Amino acid sequence: MNKVKPRVKVPKKTVFGEIIEIKTLIRHPMHSGRMKDAKGEKIPRQIINTFNVKFNGRDVFGMTLEPSISTNPYIAFPFKVKETGVFDFEWIDDNRQKYSISKTMIVSKKK
Amino acid sequence: MVNTMKLQKMKKISRRSALYLLGGITGTILTPSLPLSKPNQLLERIDTLTQGVAKVEDKILLNLPEVAENGNIVKVGFEIKNPMVANNYIKHVYIFAEKNPAPDVAKFFFTPEMGICSATTKIRLSKTQSVYLLAENSNGQFLMTKKKVKVTIGGCGV
Repeated sequence: MNKVKPRVKVPKKTVFGEIIEIKTLIRHPMHSGRMKDAKGEKIPRQIINTFNVKFNGRDVFGMTLEPSISTNPYIAFPFKVKETGVFDFEWIDDNRQKYSISKTMIVSKKK
Repeated sequence: MVNTMKLQKMKKISRRSALYLLGGITGTILTPSLPLSKPNQLLERIDTLTQGVAKVEDKILLNLPEVAENGNIVKVGFEIKNPMVANNYIKHVYIFAEKNPAPDVAKFFFTPEMGICSATTKIRLSKTQSVYLLAENSNGQFLMTKKKVKVTIGGCGV
């Protein structure tokens, strides 16, 4: 099985009040449970079903993923900058395996 | 007397067996079309979510290609005009694909901290179909829109 590896892009320095876009990508096969392998046997369903983002411990964004999401799920979403803090990203798959990554964002300038 | 009773009995049996027969026929007609999700099924799903609340169609920008060459990766983006403040923000956004084996594609959870309501992801589409977006406002309002996408090569195994 491919190694699951999350990647996140958050601007390191931001301006107060600005709306930034956060891009996330996680390498994951997302087997929908309908595909067949080379021998014609069904590959069991194995997808990432939940994605959660916390900022300084508060829930800010979440998503429920279904088998209709592409391989290597890409998710981008906005965020309004108000304070310096840490983002905690977490992906959970069908085996309840958790993958997480943290990113720090610094507000460099106040308006 | 005996004759009429016999006749009644016969009638009863024949009606019952006829019903069984009818049930069997409809059963065989309906079963093969079940595995694929139908638009009706999707509309029912939307109805259970909205519980009859009217859906507004404006204020949504659904970004989808008109023609998707590869159904395995179709980029979906959306933006909903909303102030995103504590008493008026978009709570949930659902994305449905009407002809995928399972119409549910994704559900997004938003909070006022995001400033604007938008997101982008990549989805699988099994064939040419409409993609639906349903958004639920914190004040109980629902927004809905749909867009047709032509899929050249279907995303197999969705």
